Amino acid sequence: MIAAFKNFMDWIDARLPVTETYEKHMSKYYAPKNFNFWYYFGVLGFIVLVNQLMTGIWLTMSYNPTGEGAFASVEYIMRDVEFGWLLRYMHSTGASAFFVVVYLHMFRGLLYGSYQKPRELIWIFGMLIYVALMAEGFFGYLLPWGNMSFWGAQVIVSLAGAIPFVGEDLAVWIRGDFNMSGVTLNRFFALHVVLVPLVLLVLVVLHVLALHEVGSNNPDGVDIKKNVDEDGKPLDAIPFHPYYTIGHDLPAIVVFLFIFCAVMFFYPDGGGYLIEHPNYEPADPLKTPDLIAPVWYYTPFYSMLRAATFPLFGLDAKFWGLVVMAGAIAIPFVLPWLDKSPVRSIRYKGTPSKVFLTLFVISFFILGYLGTVHPTPIKTMIAQICTAIYYAYFLLMPWYTSVEATKPVPERLTMP
Amino acid sequence: MKLVSACLLFGLSLSVMAAESTIPLLNMTPDLDDKASLQRGAKTYMNYCLGCHSLQYQRYERTANDLGIPHDLILEHLIFDPDTRIGSLIENSLSLSSAKTWFGAAPPDLTLYTSLKGTPDYIYTYLKSFYADPARPFGVNNLLFENVGMPHVLLDLQGLPRKVCKTKLEADGSTQEPCETDVIVDGRYMLEVDGSGSMSPDEYDRVAYDLTNFLYYVAEPTRQERERLGVYVLLFLAFFFVFTYLLGREYTKEFH
Repeated sequence: MIAAFKNFMDWIDARLPVTETYEKHMSKYYAPKNFNFWYYFGVLGFIVLVNQLMTGIWLTMSYNPTGEGAFASVEYIMRDVEFGWLLRYMHSTGASAFFVVVYLHMFRGLLYGSYQKPRELIWIFGMLIYVALMAEGFFGYLLPWGNMSFWGAQVIVSLAGAIPFVGEDLAVWIRGDFNMSGVTLNRFFALHVVLVPLVLLVLVVLHVLALHEVGSNNPDGVDIKKNVDEDGKPLDAIPFHPYYTIGHDLPAIVVFLFIFCAVMFFYPDGGGYLIEHPNYEPADPLKTPDLIAPVWYYTPFYSMLRAATFPLFGLDAKFWGLVVMAGAIAIPFVLPWLDKSPVRSIRYKGTPSKVFLTLFVISFFILGYLGTVHPTPIKTMIAQICTAIYYAYFLLMPWYTSVEATKPVPERLTMP
Repeated sequence: MKLVSACLLFGLSLSVMAAESTIPLLNMTPDLDDKASLQRGAKTYMNYCLGCHSLQYQRYERTANDLGIPHDLILEHLIFDPDTRIGSLIENSLSLSSAKTWFGAAPPDLTLYTSLKGTPDYIYTYLKSFYADPARPFGVNNLLFENVGMPHVLLDLQGLPRKVCKTKLEADGSTQEPCETDVIVDGRYMLEVDGSGSMSPDEYDRVAYDLTNFLYYVAEPTRQERERLGVYVLLFLAFFFVFTYLLGREYTKEFH
């Protein structure tokens, strides 16, 4: 039996590098020994991605992407399709889980300088994944055709209208209509289920290939390839499979699934944060919800959009809001070149880096909260301050990382 | 974004927003295990509400099965249209354009209403907040939903509630009419029925509760199945975690 299997694999390997690929990316991919809590979120992102793809495929089997039928078809899935409610809640909860996991994964990158040379491309592919994910979530949120779907998309698409000269025509081109309509819904459906998932999958593959080319960073930011044994295998590393897959990640995946299922089975609408209450009535162009707020994962950027309150250079505030928001999403792309520090990990960086990172995280949370509530003059001012801190974290980085005193980095990894 | 600026953004003017007041909601705790309550709620709904408010996403068959009502009973007593089958959606034949003329606004479908409001308390409070107001076309107004277009359909059950007045004593001992201040208890006007209804206040409360309970069920008929299944899934994951943890520890031991 074993011999037969070996013969079979030899036959395959002579034609397709299956064993070689498996070894390169799994059993002989050497990862640093000292991965901690922050290193769970890559694999969790993969789990959620698979969840979204699988449940998404089954949801499309019963969903009707038309202005007349979309809302009713979602309720049909919730009531008449066997376990349709489970598929839909897995998908809607999965959307939020995706962003939780991705935000924590990105924070790990900031914490340990995982974007620094030679991992710039990994970071850029990661940022592209994040942007594609935002697009994916945005297109998907319109599909239930609830009233918040409608008005949320209306607000965001109308932002295009703020661009001077071409704005209004651009908005009409995006919508395919003069107002949000079934035409818009239908094209968003195409983008949500075909184009963006394809882009996402390609980017995920590139992200992992780029990672496996240069190897994983670690909480110390130490280059493990400097200390190798006679076979060229890093001394401070272990094979990804089975040590990380089963030893490190599997229990964490189960804990994650426990939290995920607890939310999905008992608080699927998350008190109105995961599925917003106005989305329980069909889209109505004549009935604006009391408060138009995006789902929580966009709210930090939504706050920044609203934080621009005055016109400048003859262009109105709405345009500058768009610029501030787009800039906030664009600026992390160049992070690898903003960080001038000789060390990677926050463990060995100086106090200014720690202070700025802390302030950055706090501002991001405050902006996230402010995006879910009605603005007041005070709240808008707080949002402006937090936006400034968000930008300062990136724009001042070349300065504070080059002047601060860093601690010496050890030769070998420190084990927890 | 401020509502005002939002409107400017879209170049749309707001349609007249329903003037919903913000009186505190009366609390009701739904009980989906109380099948009798749900059945009574369904009965009241089909008899008093369905004429105007459809439940267009829900089917009779599912309702009958979930609530434990035999199909022949529901066909005989709760389905009034001979063309409607047990598997049909719970729709009505109200013309929405006519309804707009009659009531000023089309009566909303109520399938998802308790989810839309985020709480069943809203409908419960609404049902208990009608009061006499001769200025309104149907002679009633609603504390929760000021100037609502809907008549008090349960009038013959509840009777006509009136705001209780704090009557002022005149110097000569007679009372002053009309009263100038209404009695407010816990942030809402105190109402008192005139006794013309067929039910006592407690019996009417029961009707309001059952009806709300039924609508809470209809908003998500899979709720109980979801929570029941959820318990098993979480138990399995907790159990499974022990084994993955022990297995994982064997592997991590090797390199720590």
